[in-house]
Amino acid sequence: MIVLLTRRIVGLILTLIAVSLLVFTVMALLPGDPAAITLGTSASPETLAALQHDMGLDQPLFIRYGRWLAGAVTGDLGKSYTYGVPVDGLIVERLAVTLPLAILAIILSMLIAVPLGVAAAARRGGFFDIVATLFSQMGIAVPGFWVGLLLILLFATSLGWMPAGGFPGWGNGVWPALKSLVLPAISLALPQAAVLTRVTRSAVLDTLHEDFARTATAKGLSRSGVLWGHVVPNALMPVLTILGLQFTFLVAGAVLIENVFTLPGLGRLAYQALNQRDVIVLQDVVLFFAGLVIVVNFLVDLSYLAIDPRLRAGGTR
Amino acid sequence: MTKILRPRLSDFARCLAYGTAMSAGLLMLGMAPAEAAKTTLNIGMSVEPTGLDPTIAAPVAIGQVTWQNIFEGLVAIDESGKIVPQLAKSWDISPDGLTYTFKLQTGVKFHDGEPFDATAAKFALDRARDGKSVNPQKRFFATIASIDTPDPETLVLHLSSPTGSLLYWLGWPSSVMVGPKSAADDKTTPVGTGPFKFSAWAKGDHVELVKNPDYWNKSVDVKLDKVTFRFISDPQAEAAALKAGDLDAFPEFAAPELMSSFDGNARLMTKIGNTELKVVAGMNNTRKPFDDKRVRQALMMALDRKTIIDGAWSGFGTAIGSHYTPNDPGYQDLTGTLPYNQAKAKALLAEAGYPNGFTFTIKTPQMAYAPRSAQVMQAMFADIGVTMNIEPTEFPAKWVQDVFTGRDYDMTIVAHAEPLDIDIYSREPYYFNYKNPVFNELMKKIQLTADPAAQNKLYGEAQAILAEDAPALFLFVMPKLGVWDKKLKGLWENEPIPSNVLTNVSWED
Repeated sequence: MIVLLTRRIVGLILTLIAVSLLVFTVMALLPGDPAAITLGTSASPETLAALQHDMGLDQPLFIRYGRWLAGAVTGDLGKSYTYGVPVDGLIVERLAVTLPLAILAIILSMLIAVPLGVAAAARRGGFFDIVATLFSQMGIAVPGFWVGLLLILLFATSLGWMPAGGFPGWGNGVWPALKSLVLPAISLALPQAAVLTRVTRSAVLDTLHEDFARTATAKGLSRSGVLWGHVVPNALMPVLTILGLQFTFLVAGAVLIENVFTLPGLGRLAYQALNQRDVIVLQDVVLFFAGLVIVVNFLVDLSYLAIDPRLRAGGTR
Repeated sequence: MTKILRPRLSDFARCLAYGTAMSAGLLMLGMAPAEAAKTTLNIGMSVEPTGLDPTIAAPVAIGQVTWQNIFEGLVAIDESGKIVPQLAKSWDISPDGLTYTFKLQTGVKFHDGEPFDATAAKFALDRARDGKSVNPQKRFFATIASIDTPDPETLVLHLSSPTGSLLYWLGWPSSVMVGPKSAADDKTTPVGTGPFKFSAWAKGDHVELVKNPDYWNKSVDVKLDKVTFRFISDPQAEAAALKAGDLDAFPEFAAPELMSSFDGNARLMTKIGNTELKVVAGMNNTRKPFDDKRVRQALMMALDRKTIIDGAWSGFGTAIGSHYTPNDPGYQDLTGTLPYNQAKAKALLAEAGYPNGFTFTIKTPQMAYAPRSAQVMQAMFADIGVTMNIEPTEFPAKWVQDVFTGRDYDMTIVAHAEPLDIDIYSREPYYFNYKNPVFNELMKKIQLTADPAAQNKLYGEAQAILAEDAPALFLFVMPKLGVWDKKLKGLWENEPIPSNVLTNVSWED
């Protein structure tokens, strides 16, 4: 177990370093100079040189990377070229949008997928099975950003019930902030829910045929007792696996959805940083995303142990 | 087997019903009742500023949030483009044009309580003209040799040579007065003397300003208590936010093709005004064949400006024949100097030695107007046998590197946002690589006089030189596509300088 963990963590750190080198190299190869972008089209060469010096852009690339890395290791993520403020503050600010959005989307997709998937499996070919099949077909086929646009048209432009985008901030009350996350969370959750519905359905079907399900029925437990008490907990394993994998897609989806709803989240921060060649910000955000995905997958692995006693007993994993 | 494990349909239906009722209730909670006399304003912009100090960075978005709202200058520019007194209540220019003596307003304080006086004014100007300054318009201050402050109410500028545009330049966003104590942090927490104070900036979403209760200028009645600038870059999302009521105004709406979607809207109205944005297709004047005036003239005569405006910008915009807009002093309509005439264009090409045309590449930024204009131009050039390839060039990063600083291009197309910037054709280096001693001399003469009539005459001559010489293809002036609530009064309809001046904005009861 300890060996496993150490190997995991070393691999994780190496992955992050590789990712940061990649981002830095790509940004260095891309044309564009953040100082020239800041000064626009009326700058004299002298002014440009002065600003490049202020930003530390006149130093060789490896020194800039080394500085950034040294800073990142000590927890100093550096300053944004464009906004001129520390990046860690920016990330925290944006996380206050992206994290609730992602959590809302995950909860929503579970709330849709688990009951629907279980109901579909409980009676194959029945009403809910047909609904579930249709829903998952549609959900997989229809991209989230398009759903987002439709939701804006219906609930914001036509009905005026919901904001069409933007984010008032948590400082102005929890409700207005949550309200502006509802439509984006739905757009993000639907494609996820579609996949999860399928997975839940087949997992429950598989589990139903296991011996313990039959035993539980034979013991005289009620139908729903067997289903919710024995079958569903066991069927959740593959669902969790998929959820962990889907987290990566959720992050990628958030970038698109945040741009559709002009939400000031991490995804849009990355997008803006790329346009402005704000390499420090982009580095930090990409690393943060990469770290998040790796950590989440790690937690999913751990949750197996929590759920499945067979693995805890010194299993082979 | 499966029969035993069937949940009841009724259970499910009940759950669904509860859920639906709950969400409907939540939605209703979210609908705020209409306010009485409103004192708040939500205003939309396409571009978010990268900082909030207009004296250290170029993006016009900075001035569009802060100029005249947070920051003020010694002088200001009004809606008609005229220079008006502001923190300087009067001034006196010596006959030789070398000494400017400003009398300053008294009792003015910055938002942090620091007094504004001659010392502060000298600090602000010194900071802008200092050797290490990164002021985007540093050249404005190049002729200021020294600054005296004989007393707190008097500021004296000594110039090295007469500078006729100095007063006008002092009205710009890049010339605003900043406080000695607060200037260093203006990029993130701007402190000025204006009618509104900075309150919050949620980066990526909005900037919030609140009324300044201690505003010095009692002659204006500021009606708004709170203003929120929201940044939305996608035109569809802009339109949605306006229609959903999230925004009260979008003074510079980004998509002309969506303007008609507001027709007949009960709450919103549209206002078409003028901006200073000149859409020009600059050519590399030292590169063959663009070094031949006849070729440049032929390309200009191959273009029907009206078709470009229709095709690229839904018919909104004003055709121009030189690097000058109808807002500018001494404007002349020179679209007739090289009018649309394909036969003549072909003849000129043949004369220059290109009877069968030639092939070149245009580097177009991604902003909507550029590729659209380029596509129309491509078709018209084809009519005279010239092949133009379109190369999308990411703006700002790649465009600035390739075209602006690298000057490695044949032709490009970009909207020049700076008001009254005809002098760019005399700047060295500048991306057109245009060199015309006669024109440069005119630009010098304009600065030698401060008499508006004399200046306008010289500006007229300068416009004529460019119209005939065609260092760039002069296409059209961007319209100011304003969309705002019918009850909103006092927003500028034209834009002689990029801005959103809110001093006189109010809601009708």
